[in-house]
Amino acid sequence: MQNHPVYTDNDPQTELSTLNLGPTHPATHGVFQNVLQLDGERIVSGVSTIGYIHRAFEKIAEHRPFYQITPLTDRLNYCSSPINNMGWHMTVEKLLGIQTPKRVDYLRIIIMELARIADHLICNSVLAVDTGAATGFFYVMEYREAIYEIYEEVCGSRLTTNIGRIGGFERNFNAIAFRKLRKFLKEYPVVLKEFENLTKRNRIFIDRTKDVAAVTAEDAISYSWSGPILRATGVDYDVRAMNPYCSYEEFDFEVPVGENGDVYSRYLVRQEEMWQSLRLIEQALVKLENEPSDIFHADVPDFYLPPKEDVYNNMEALIYHFKIVMGEIPTPNTEVYHSVEGGNGELGFYLVNDGGRSPYRLHFRRPSFINYQMYAPMSRGMLLSDAIINMSSLNVIAGELDA
Amino acid sequence: MGKLTNEDLVKKISEKYSDQVTLLGEPFGLLTFETGRDQIIDLLTWLKNDAALQFIYLTDITAIHYPELPKPIGVIYHLHSLVNNVRGRIKVFLEDADVHIPTATNIWNGANWMERETYDLFGVIFDGHPDLRRILNVDDMTAFPMRKEFPLEDPNRVDKKDYFFGR
Repeated sequence: MQNHPVYTDNDPQTELSTLNLGPTHPATHGVFQNVLQLDGERIVSGVSTIGYIHRAFEKIAEHRPFYQITPLTDRLNYCSSPINNMGWHMTVEKLLGIQTPKRVDYLRIIIMELARIADHLICNSVLAVDTGAATGFFYVMEYREAIYEIYEEVCGSRLTTNIGRIGGFERNFNAIAFRKLRKFLKEYPVVLKEFENLTKRNRIFIDRTKDVAAVTAEDAISYSWSGPILRATGVDYDVRAMNPYCSYEEFDFEVPVGENGDVYSRYLVRQEEMWQSLRLIEQALVKLENEPSDIFHADVPDFYLPPKEDVYNNMEALIYHFKIVMGEIPTPNTEVYHSVEGGNGELGFYLVNDGGRSPYRLHFRRPSFINYQMYAPMSRGMLLSDAIINMSSLNVIAGELDA
Repeated sequence: MGKLTNEDLVKKISEKYSDQVTLLGEPFGLLTFETGRDQIIDLLTWLKNDAALQFIYLTDITAIHYPELPKPIGVIYHLHSLVNNVRGRIKVFLEDADVHIPTATNIWNGANWMERETYDLFGVIFDGHPDLRRILNVDDMTAFPMRKEFPLEDPNRVDKKDYFFGR
């Protein structure tokens, strides 16, 4: 945190002004309200108000069967919905003891890493916009579109993807998906490099971001930070490396860490993570060549809906379809915590099951919610314009904040 | 990394808190303990500061409601020892008439909003919390919506009864 002089209320010379930053301020990229006490341009204190788009997902989830909870997870971090979807599927698979085939794991890694690129790309390019460089944003945005087109080939939707099913994917990746993926892998590194050239050593960008909102590792851990912003402080905690899921342990990738936890370090960490994600996708594509190309889900008829034509023509498929939809299949009476590395940090699912068809209790550990609580305390003494950049670099997503 | 195993953790905890902390089980490799609210802060502080354990990372605080139990509200802490890469879960069950528990905000700053969320949704009162207000719901709400008696939708609807959902 910065050591600017902070005037207190007792100071007779100061006259503080109150500013309502948000809930719908264009600079906040979402529904965030902060009531700030300003002394000139310096923030003396701030109070965050959240909950503007609280949709009670945890309550709704208690009344929905497992497979209908996936669309709820879409709407948490909607910049990287597939990671949320996969995290939820893996939580249920862990609960039910479903072992997914390797090909499913690799396909999932491709989709999750694409989602991570889409998430980080938005965050870093918006950070550039906030510091005055709008060009980079329009340039890389085209490639978020390319990622969304790959999602579209796989699941048919773009933003709130509902991608995959418990046990695997709803359908196999088609040839167009792979073609688009290879095109993306060929073109995106060039663009990412060019974006880096635009910002990484740009004097204006560095002046605006370096040493702004620097956070120590102790503070970050005490505030339970996770994800790129924690790694920017120098803590190498990445769920993919520490508690590998989905065969991440077979892959060769690095966990980038920053030095002083300022906005510039966060930018660098996210930038490097995109390069690592590209590496992961390329490795996954190589590994896919050795896997049978017709497997895209685990053999779990109790939980994986059969294809519709089988339901009409095949007795067993009809029975399974009926049992899944009516919730006739018993599930273990236990509890499970599973976490994945989301776009913003450790996205955890705490599922308490009572043997029924829907969770007894489901809690989402939402990284945006936990990361954002330091925002008001760390803004004390900061310039208002720095606080805006700080919010961009935290990459708080309103949907994940409020659940 | 990996110097501490779950067995070591169970042994250390049972040595220090022989009868105050009970082991509930180890679902999916995550040790689950239960303790009372008198010991919870002492236990969390010790887990965080002990040189061999170092549960320095508070992953989550949440709660659960079992209306039929004598102590229906359970507060659940998820801890993570980043140094040893071991996770742990601690539960404290509270009576309905007396849902007070001491705050963990003096141990972790990050507990602040997690406890506010738990208060907001379950009505658990964290004694000593600096700013225990509702966080997700509106300030003038009177109910605690994640408790089981709070209906999700219009209770007169007949097409969404619990028995359609396996309960």
